[in-house]
Amino acid sequence: MKKQAFKAALPYTLPICFGFLFLGMSYGFLMHSKGFPFVYPLFMSLFIFAGSMEFVTVNLLLSAFHPLSAFLLALMVNARHLFYGISMLDKYKNCGPKKFYLIYGMCDESFSINCAVTPPPEIDRGWFMFFVTLLNHIYWVSGATLGALLGYVIHFDTTGIEFVMTALFVVMLVGQWEEADDHRPALTGIVCSLVCLLLFGGDRFMLPAMALIVLCFSLGRHKIARKEKEEARS
Amino acid sequence: MTTVQSVVTIAAVVLGTMLTRFLPFLLFPEGKRPPRFISYLGTVLPYAVIGLLVVYCLKDALPTALHGLPELIAILFVVLLHKWKHNMLLSICGGTALYMFLVQAIFA
Repeated sequence: MKKQAFKAALPYTLPICFGFLFLGMSYGFLMHSKGFPFVYPLFMSLFIFAGSMEFVTVNLLLSAFHPLSAFLLALMVNARHLFYGISMLDKYKNCGPKKFYLIYGMCDESFSINCAVTPPPEIDRGWFMFFVTLLNHIYWVSGATLGALLGYVIHFDTTGIEFVMTALFVVMLVGQWEEADDHRPALTGIVCSLVCLLLFGGDRFMLPAMALIVLCFSLGRHKIARKEKEEARS
Repeated sequence: MTTVQSVVTIAAVVLGTMLTRFLPFLLFPEGKRPPRFISYLGTVLPYAVIGLLVVYCLKDALPTALHGLPELIAILFVVLLHKWKHNMLLSICGGTALYMFLVQAIFA
C-alpha cells in the first residue's frame, strides 16, 4: 500500500524537486556566506520548513535579539497557512497519526498538490499525501544543506548575494499581481509597510506595519460587506 | 547574537510557523466553520505580506547614500525578466547576478 502511494506521489513532486533544490541551495549558500555553519540551514530547513520565513530568519539572526518580534513576524509571514489549514480540514481527516506530520509539513507546494490532486481510487489517500509532504521536505532540506556545504568548496566574492531573497519576493509579487483581479491587498501591504518604514525606521517598522495591515483589512472588510448589502437590497 | 539567542530566535520562528499550520485544526476539530473574518484574512494576507517582505528587504538600502538605486535597478530587471519569460529560477538568478555585478563593479 505504501509503495503504491509512493509511486503515485513521486511524479507530482519532481517539478518541485528542481525548484526546491535550487532555492534551498541558494538559501544554504547565503547562510554560509553570512558566516553560519551548515548545521544552521540543516536544522532551520528541517524544523521551520517555510522557505520565505527561513530567508527572513537569516536577517533576524544577524540583527538584535527580539524573540517576540520574530514569533509575530513568523505568524504574519505564514498567515496564509491558516487558510491552507482551513481548506484541508476535511482532507486531512481520518489519516491517523500521519495527520500530525501532514500539518507540520504543510508548505505552499505540498498544500497545492494535496489540495488539487486526487490520487486514483486504489491508492491510499493518506499515504499519498504523506509522501508528497515527505518528498518535498527531503528536497528542501537536501538543497539547503548542499548549498551550505558548497559554500566551503566554492569561493568567490559573494557581496550582494543576499539579493536572492529580494528577487524571490519580487518574483512572488509579480506572480500574485498577474493572477489577482483585485490589487488592493498587495497595495495595502506595500503602502502600509513603506509608511511605517518612514515613520519608525528600519529596525522597528515590522510590528506597526503588520498591525496597520490587519487594521486596514478589518476596516476595508466592513466597507465591502456594507456595499454588498446595499447592492443586494437595491 | 549568542548561540543561545540564535536558538531561541529560531525556536520562536518555528513556534510562530507551526501555530499558523496547527491552529485551524485545533480550533475547528470536526466540521466547525471558521469565522468569516479569519477566512477573509486568509485570502488577503498572502498578497499583503509579500509586499511587506519586499519593503523589508529594502529597509537597509533606502537610508544609504545611494537610496537603494542598485536595488531598484535590479528589481526592475527581475520584474521585466519575469514578465517576459515567467521562469522563476531565471528571474531570481538573473536579478541576483545583476545586483552582485552592480554592487561589486559599478557602485563599489
